[in-house]
Amino acid sequence: MKEFLAQYMPPDYSAHGPQLDSLNAYVHWLMLILFVFWGAYFLFVLWRFNANRNPKANYHGMRSHWSTYSEAGVAIVEAVLLIGFSIPAWYRWTNRPGPETNPLELRIVAEQFAWNAHYPGADGIFGRRDVKLVSSTNPLGLDMTDPHAKDDVVALNQLHLEVNRPAIIHITSKDVIHSFFLPVMRVKQDAIPGMDVAIHFTPVKATGPDDHWEIACAQLCGLGHYRMRGQLTVDTKSGFQAWMKSQVAQNSPAPDTNPVQAATTSSPTTPHV
Amino acid sequence: MDHAAGHVEIPYTVSPRPDTGLYNGKLGIWLFLASEVMLFGALFSSLILIRTGSPSWPHGWEELHVVPATINTFVLIMSSVTVVLAWANLRLGNFKLGRIFIGVTLLCGLVFMGIKAYEYSLSFAHGHYPSTSDFFAIYFTMTGLHGLHVLGGMIVFAYFLGPGSKMWHTDRARFTNRIEIVGLYWHFVDLVWIFLFPTLYLL
Amino acid sequence: MAQKRQIRIGDQYLYARDAEKALREALRVAEAEEREHAAHQEPWIRRYVFSTDHKWIGIQYGVTALSFLLFGFCLMILMRLQLGWPGQAFSVMKVLGENRAPGGVLLPEAYNQLGAMHGTIMVFLAIVPLAVGAFGNYLVPLQIGAPDMAFPKLNMASYWCYLPGGLIMLSSFALKDGTAASGWTSYPPLSDIATRGQTFWLVGMIFLITSSLLGSVNFIVTIVQLRAKGMNFMRLPFFVWAQFVTSFLLLLAFPPLEAAAVLQLMDRVAHTSFFLPSGLVVSGTPLTVAGGGNPLLWQHLFWFLAHPEVYVLILPAMGIVAEVIANNTRKPLWGYRSMVSATIFLGFMSFVVWAHHMFLTGMGTIISSFFQTTTMIISIPSVIILSALFLSLWGGSIRFTTPMMFALAFLPMFGIGGLTGLPLGLAATDIHLHDTYYVIGHFHYVVAPGTIFAMFAGIYYWFPKITGRKLNDFWGRVHFWGSFVCINGIFFPMFIQGLAGISRRLYDGGMQYAHAREVASQTNPFMSMSAIGLLIFQIPFIVNFFWNAFQAMRGKVTVGSNPWEATTLDWAATSSPPLRHGNFEVMPIVRRGPYEYNSPEATNADYLPQNAVVEQPAPVLAPPTAPVVA
Ligand code: HEA
Ligand code: HEA
Ligand code: CUA
Ligand SMILES: [Cu+2]
Repeated sequence: MKEFLAQYMPPDYSAHGPQLDSLNAYVHWLMLILFVFWGAYFLFVLWRFNANRNPKANYHGMRSHWSTYSEAGVAIVEAVLLIGFSIPAWYRWTNRPGPETNPLELRIVAEQFAWNAHYPGADGIFGRRDVKLVSSTNPLGLDMTDPHAKDDVVALNQLHLEVNRPAIIHITSKDVIHSFFLPVMRVKQDAIPGMDVAIHFTPVKATGPDDHWEIACAQLCGLGHYRMRGQLTVDTKSGFQAWMKSQVAQNSPAPDTNPVQAATTSSPTTPHV
Repeated sequence: MDHAAGHVEIPYTVSPRPDTGLYNGKLGIWLFLASEVMLFGALFSSLILIRTGSPSWPHGWEELHVVPATINTFVLIMSSVTVVLAWANLRLGNFKLGRIFIGVTLLCGLVFMGIKAYEYSLSFAHGHYPSTSDFFAIYFTMTGLHGLHVLGGMIVFAYFLGPGSKMWHTDRARFTNRIEIVGLYWHFVDLVWIFLFPTLYLL
Repeated sequence: MAQKRQIRIGDQYLYARDAEKALREALRVAEAEEREHAAHQEPWIRRYVFSTDHKWIGIQYGVTALSFLLFGFCLMILMRLQLGWPGQAFSVMKVLGENRAPGGVLLPEAYNQLGAMHGTIMVFLAIVPLAVGAFGNYLVPLQIGAPDMAFPKLNMASYWCYLPGGLIMLSSFALKDGTAASGWTSYPPLSDIATRGQTFWLVGMIFLITSSLLGSVNFIVTIVQLRAKGMNFMRLPFFVWAQFVTSFLLLLAFPPLEAAAVLQLMDRVAHTSFFLPSGLVVSGTPLTVAGGGNPLLWQHLFWFLAHPEVYVLILPAMGIVAEVIANNTRKPLWGYRSMVSATIFLGFMSFVVWAHHMFLTGMGTIISSFFQTTTMIISIPSVIILSALFLSLWGGSIRFTTPMMFALAFLPMFGIGGLTGLPLGLAATDIHLHDTYYVIGHFHYVVAPGTIFAMFAGIYYWFPKITGRKLNDFWGRVHFWGSFVCINGIFFPMFIQGLAGISRRLYDGGMQYAHAREVASQTNPFMSMSAIGLLIFQIPFIVNFFWNAFQAMRGKVTVGSNPWEATTLDWAATSSPPLRHGNFEVMPIVRRGPYEYNSPEATNADYLPQNAVVEQPAPVLAPPTAPVVA
């Protein structure tokens, strides 16, 4: 079943992904068994008890109560899937790895219709942000007078991660709700303004030359929702450092230029009526 | 309900159905009040959520006007008493006194609305609008919605004082039931205020 | 034993004495009627526009809701055209006007408008009013043997809140900047800062909510108070039970959405910020509001309604299916009691699962465990109801009438929809599937080939009661098979799209995204063609429906009061019952459960109406010889 579903699903390159995919496979097994069983029963009954074959109905119908057991069976299987798989997987999904794993911590700030990745830089501390400083060259409103901000890197629609190194990503939004979706990582998290939700995962494969991994937006966020996408690149350790260097050299926070997705094209939003 | 068109009366509009012990209107108003509980319950929950998520929250007594609101509380409680008196008198067959008490209840509602309007005008004079802060947003929304409920009750009382009172001469029991029902509603509106007053003004 | 003769009155066999009484009563009623009729003829407007008769209100609801259904369907056809062939121009698209579809190519913002309106119209203006307003209103008083609803005027008010609410919402199509466009879920901040159409949406919703509240109070009181003599709760047809629980859901779940709508309206017109946190920057400029609000508050209030709402969509459908199945298998429903208990349990549970729509808003393990668990628990009563319906077929003598075809198809279709709810209900698998087409597939299987098929079953089944004519069977079958094939062609590929990670609400169906492009281009055109096929196969139904309704209006009535030989009280009233309070020629007395088909008690027919009296065979005296051995 897992292989069967995998035919349709995007490849899976995260450490926690196989756990989710297995659970998905088990649930689909349960669904398939119920469907095939009841489907077969259904077809049989339609054939066996149609009015031509069975002109007089039986008042009592089915006497046996096996369906009660089958219902109990469904309940037990659901309980096992829930307690044995889903809750542990969720626990793993929500509990952050400790500092000993040397996680890469960064922030994703969504906006109509782009993803800003904000790396704290060498000092590991995010610079202060202020909405008043937001401009087209400073999409996050980084306060450059803050010493911690000096080494910060802000990339537009470019997310670089390091292979086999846990990433902790704080997800938030500047305007409306978006949803940060990495299909190949089995990661999804709503980006909600006013909230900062940290997710974490570990990519286990570096991006190859033919791979196009994307950040998709899963929550309706306006007219550009359908084309709100960014690029995910998983680098090797050295590749990642090289990329960081190149970004710092670009004297961030200048946005990465990406002609396909201009940040805010003709906004659909007329504030308040 | 009137049955100009009907050939068969709807049963249990006046007397209770033996096995449920209720007449239709009474069950209806209890159900309606259950939905009102959900409505105001949702608003109170929203208040709690927004308040706990907010870094600072003003003291109600510093921003609002406690004295008129306290008077209003008494006015509303009084009106709950008078509406019971109206019903009790009608049950005893005393139409005149019953009507007077309906009138007093209506008057109480009017006083309440007057004082509320005065309070609003004070707030506006201080430059306090719903858009000022979350506190005022909640204050105006909840008291406004409550005020609409008071207004609704007043319209019903006015109707029973005026054209609706004709029913007394044709169907006494039913008219008395109607006063009981609107009384139940009125108590609820009163109760909401009794929750609103401390949460907004005193906490 | 005295010799008792059986006399047939209408379709019922009665004792001679009862029959005589009944006849006398009928005569009396008829005379009284004659007198009153002469006394006053109601004006036309009271009879047909502001009617207080539950049957006419039911018809008003039905026709209005079907029109909205057709409208919502047409919006969806336009969406599907653009999804199937992104960027292409279509001449039909020009009906939307130049500002929405310049040159026949839909704009993304117009796509969002269509999506939001499709969802809202289907749920709040079409299916709920059809299932509750129309079927409930028409049938509940008949099935419990009541003269009308408990509050006829309230009933009228309920319809007259519904229609304006719907019209207000639709009138936003005339606005230059269009309708609401933030999805049927209207999540703020997007909806808070959206154009005027959203305000229309909110005001419309407040009307609709009021309508539902009035209706649900009325239904509950009617079912509790106006049951005929002998109609105790365990003799209620399952349909009535479904409506009863549904009414409680509407009564208690809608007010929080009303509160939410009021708050959002305040945000939009009084510039409060209930749902707007501090520090928002929209299109590069900071938003000047007080801030401090919480966007998730809306989601909690919305889903607190909207989850019970989905059971509002399905329970009446299950009720209809149960009636049709019992009638067409000619045997009692299997496990009536467990179905009733499951329905009540479902009603309770539906209030504690709402946050399964919000797993990805940053939920910790404990809260997510709670909502996953309740979600798994709530699936069990659905399994019980569905199993009971499946088992009811066993031993039956199944008549494949048109309503039965739709009712039978409901079972596996709802099954697919329900089963695909399970991976969504487990938070871990929902991470990948949330907000993808998997969700769209899941709920369309429950609402479209699920609920809509049940509605079709109900229409074909009760059409003769309402009009006195049966719908054409051949065209009914064409309608069934065509719809069945096409609807699966639309919705099944959605699961594949969802697994592939194609997000919902994408204007081009996913063509922008590398991971989605291939699957989208392979499936979308096929799905859209199926949608067009579905549209074509509705034509026989619409013609069938209006032609027969028209013939009936001309007085060409072809069937008696009980053409399906059914047992519940609705069939004891005459067909096309006259539009006034009072429904029955003789107030029925209920003597047995709702589904006594092929009962051993019956002697001369394979069904025993709930109110029929049967002759008891004389008790056989025990032979006096054999001593009783302890
Ligand atoms: C009528 C409507 C309806 C019904 C009945 C259901 C029923 C269920 N729904 Fe669904 N749901 C919706 C309408 C409905 N849903 C809608 C509209 C949405 C999306 C809203 C939006 O975001 O826009 C949604 C979304 C939705 C989500 C959120 C997904 C997401 O956004 O990520 C979840 C998650 O838990 C969920 C779960 C369930 C479950 C567990 C059931 C269970 O009750 C199902 C139980 C039923 C079964 C388990 C079937 C049993 C079958 C058999 C035993 C036999 C089968 C045999 C054969 C097929 C032959 N639903
Ligand atoms: C009850 C609810 C309901 C129903 C019945 C339907 C029915 C259908 N829906 Fe809808 N849909 C939603 C509720 C519903 N939908 C919701 C809530 C959304 C989410 C919106 C959002 O994103 O916010 C959605 C979104 C949605 C999408 C996804 C859009 C997107 O995410 O971008 C699609 C795509 O294909 C779709 C298609 C369809 C189709 C093909 C049908 C078909 O099944 C339609 C079948 C209809 C008929 C067969 C009608 C027959 C009626 C008649 C013939 C009338 C006869 C009249 C008289 C006799 C007077 N729907
Ligand atoms: Cu951002 Cu959708
Ligand atoms: Cu749900």
